[in-house]
Amino acid sequence: MNNNYILELKGVRKAFGDTEVLKGIDLKIAKGEFITLLGASGCGKTTTLRIIAGLETSDAGQIFLDGQDITSLEPNKRSVNTVFQSYALFPHMNVADNIGYGLKLKRMPKDLIAKKVQEMLQLVQLSGYEKRMPEQLSGGQRQRVAIARAVVNEPKVLLLDEPLGALDLKLRRQMQLELKRLQKQLGITFIYITHDQEEAINMSDRIAVMNHGVLEQVGTPNEIYYQPRTSYVAGFVGNANILRCGGEFYAIRTENILMNGEPECNREAVVLEKSFAGGQLRILFELPDAQQLTASRYGIDADVQVGSRVMIGWKKENAIPVAEE
Amino acid sequence: MMDEACENKAKCKEEKVKCCMRSRAKSRSNWMLLAPIYVFTILFVGLPILYMFLLSFLSRAKVWGVDFTFTLDNYKRILEPMYIDMLRESFQLAVLSTSIITLLGYPYGYFMARMNAVWKKRMMLLIMIPFWTSSLIRLYGWIIMFRSNGVLDKVLMGIGLTQKPLKLLYTYPAVVVGMVYALLPFMILSVYSSAEKMDWTLVEASRDLGASAFKAFWTVTFKLTLPGLLSGVVLTFIPSMGLFFIADILGGNKIVLVGSVIQEQLTKGRNLPFAAALSAVLMVLTSLMIRLYRKVTRTTELEGLV
Amino acid sequence: MKTRKWPFIYVGVITVITYIPIIMTVIYSFNVSKLTSVWEGFSLKWYEELFRDRDLKEALMNSLILAALSCSCAVLIGTTGALGMYRAKRQSVAGGRTAGTLGVKAGGGRLNDVIAYVAMLPIMIPEIILGMVFLSIFSLMGLPFGMVTLVIAHTTFCVPYVYSMVKARLVGLDKSLEEAALDLGASPVRVFFDITLPQIMPAILSGVMLAFAMSFDDVVISIFVTGPKVNTLPVKIYTKLKTGVTPEINALATVMLSITVTLILASSVVGKIRVRNVYK
Repeated sequence: MNNNYILELKGVRKAFGDTEVLKGIDLKIAKGEFITLLGASGCGKTTTLRIIAGLETSDAGQIFLDGQDITSLEPNKRSVNTVFQSYALFPHMNVADNIGYGLKLKRMPKDLIAKKVQEMLQLVQLSGYEKRMPEQLSGGQRQRVAIARAVVNEPKVLLLDEPLGALDLKLRRQMQLELKRLQKQLGITFIYITHDQEEAINMSDRIAVMNHGVLEQVGTPNEIYYQPRTSYVAGFVGNANILRCGGEFYAIRTENILMNGEPECNREAVVLEKSFAGGQLRILFELPDAQQLTASRYGIDADVQVGSRVMIGWKKENAIPVAEE
Repeated sequence: MMDEACENKAKCKEEKVKCCMRSRAKSRSNWMLLAPIYVFTILFVGLPILYMFLLSFLSRAKVWGVDFTFTLDNYKRILEPMYIDMLRESFQLAVLSTSIITLLGYPYGYFMARMNAVWKKRMMLLIMIPFWTSSLIRLYGWIIMFRSNGVLDKVLMGIGLTQKPLKLLYTYPAVVVGMVYALLPFMILSVYSSAEKMDWTLVEASRDLGASAFKAFWTVTFKLTLPGLLSGVVLTFIPSMGLFFIADILGGNKIVLVGSVIQEQLTKGRNLPFAAALSAVLMVLTSLMIRLYRKVTRTTELEGLV
Repeated sequence: MKTRKWPFIYVGVITVITYIPIIMTVIYSFNVSKLTSVWEGFSLKWYEELFRDRDLKEALMNSLILAALSCSCAVLIGTTGALGMYRAKRQSVAGGRTAGTLGVKAGGGRLNDVIAYVAMLPIMIPEIILGMVFLSIFSLMGLPFGMVTLVIAHTTFCVPYVYSMVKARLVGLDKSLEEAALDLGASPVRVFFDITLPQIMPAILSGVMLAFAMSFDDVVISIFVTGPKVNTLPVKIYTKLKTGVTPEINALATVMLSITVTLILASSVVGKIRVRNVYK
């Protein structure tokens, strides 16, 4: 076994009743890596995380942590910690007791626990909050406590289940940066779950795109974005058009659709709709063979009228062949 | 290739066994948790109730106790005019008390749910204090009130409403008052607990959509508090057929409830099988009401019961 | 919405009416006369008589012991039962994969539902039925009537209060709390004592309070299962009320009322202090 991998999943399968949630997951995660499991809700990413944490048992397959088979190890005996989506702070314990809980279980002396808790609070910028109860904290503060509580145990792998999902956009951006900083500083492997592609691209060393219990593609944000292997990945990460050409499928990013006068514009299309969203103007076209395409432009207007006929096209290198699901 | 597949299969099996062992260990510890309630419930609730049904088909021994010979006489006896009348009377009293309780308790619980948090707490305390004092003693208060030439008579005659004592004690109205008084908190609490959970913005939404205040109440508030109301009905109707001591203390021996007859058969009549038959009838009636409640509200638990 | 006056008036009037009989008993407990209809002057003689009454004191002790014993049994049975039922449900929802275990679990689930239903019956059916049932079953079993039969009978109707309170709390409990503790390295036993128990403690306590009140107040069932030597307070009061007027009862009512009010006020004050401390 290669010792560079801290965590390895081999053919992990899981079904709830008759529905197969995981259909054989193979994944190798390197030491100190920040890897994101990206996918829509219900794709199996949370189940994967829970199986790694030991909160769920897999039906088949194996899990290795640092070269050791932990497939049927109890969750409390795994050197893996989780930051829960709902934070799961113990409401009857104050911040210090919450953070120190894992250490107390390891029978660490009290003064040492206090010292470590202080260090942790400093790290997450919550010094002076040790006596507060969870209900007296804001969402962002709870988030930090939850991270501190997991990290203080120095796990080999930290699992984060959509930890920023409940925060507003601004706080989320800030926490993204902070998490990234924390990960660099601690050197712990992070396995991060999100359905937000932007978040995934911002933070990750590698992204694993999941769909219906299958890993569609694992790669760096660059690879995922520019060389999507399947139409699902192309559609999910950055918005791409999937175009059928004979028996082949191609993904063309919306920003790569050209129009009006550029030399590659060799197809006639009808403008169906114009809309403005997220700082981008989106134009929906229909090609003569009834396939629809979306183009996006920065700015709020372009001189196309709904219902008019225009010439559109794309550069050859921007049409990426993908596998249809 | 073959070898590897075999090995994988073996491993898979091994894994499965391990997983199964884990979940089996879980369910074993679970059975230990469940054991007390299983044993206790079967031994001291389930079997005794079954025995009651069995008993209702047995005959009475000559002196005291039970003769294990099958008979339908106990049920036939219930059909005698005297007992049919008693059942009807008991039922009527329960209907009357429950109606009054509903009319008084529903608005009470509803208004209470609309108060601010401080008042809610205060009202809760005010309701709980009588609830925590002995129900018998509270009834005794009514004896003081109702007694001939008692407090109520004094007040009424004092302000000139009546000329002579009303002799309210040991009358039907006195029993109704006692029932209403003893059971009102149940209705209030169950209406309150369902009204409290209600999303009041729904009422605002319906007003916004053009409903009049009454229409909004009827189509939204009432519908959503119905489980609480019905649960209150169940919680007051059922006990009101059995609370023989209220009829006993406030009604003298004049008002006879199913509960009173059962008690009499057990103590004076010494007729266990007949008492069992009456209990069985009451039990079936009760279960029917609970089933109906569950069907109507589509819930399993009674609102505000605890 | 506007705040109107009349809801307050309505609630106020009914509340006052419910307090009238209670206030009457308090007032008349200080009456010199034995007759409840006339006021002849202030006196404490009924209190003296009350504290001299040995029978009543014994009945009070019996009632307290009975309520304490039944509540203890109810806490044990109700809490473990609620936990077991809740876990069984959770496991069957999480679901095993193999058809065999699934079948067994589904079967266990149905049986659990039946048991839970039967366990709740004692507070759903009229008390008189329970009284009748226990009288007949205990005489069939040949159990001597007394404290043992009383405790068994009272436990049956105390269990549902604890059980349903704890069950409701468990259902509302954030499952990830227990998982978080497991994840941080706590053994399942530790998880129970560190996380689950503190979370369900308020529910257990309010269940016990209700159960205690119900047990302490019960006449209907006690009358049938009590023995010749053991009298509970409500049974004693009942027989006294049936035999005639005893102003002693007024005094007793006042004493009980003041104890309840003190306890309730004390608990709410303690609650306030605790809340304040938390926010300091």
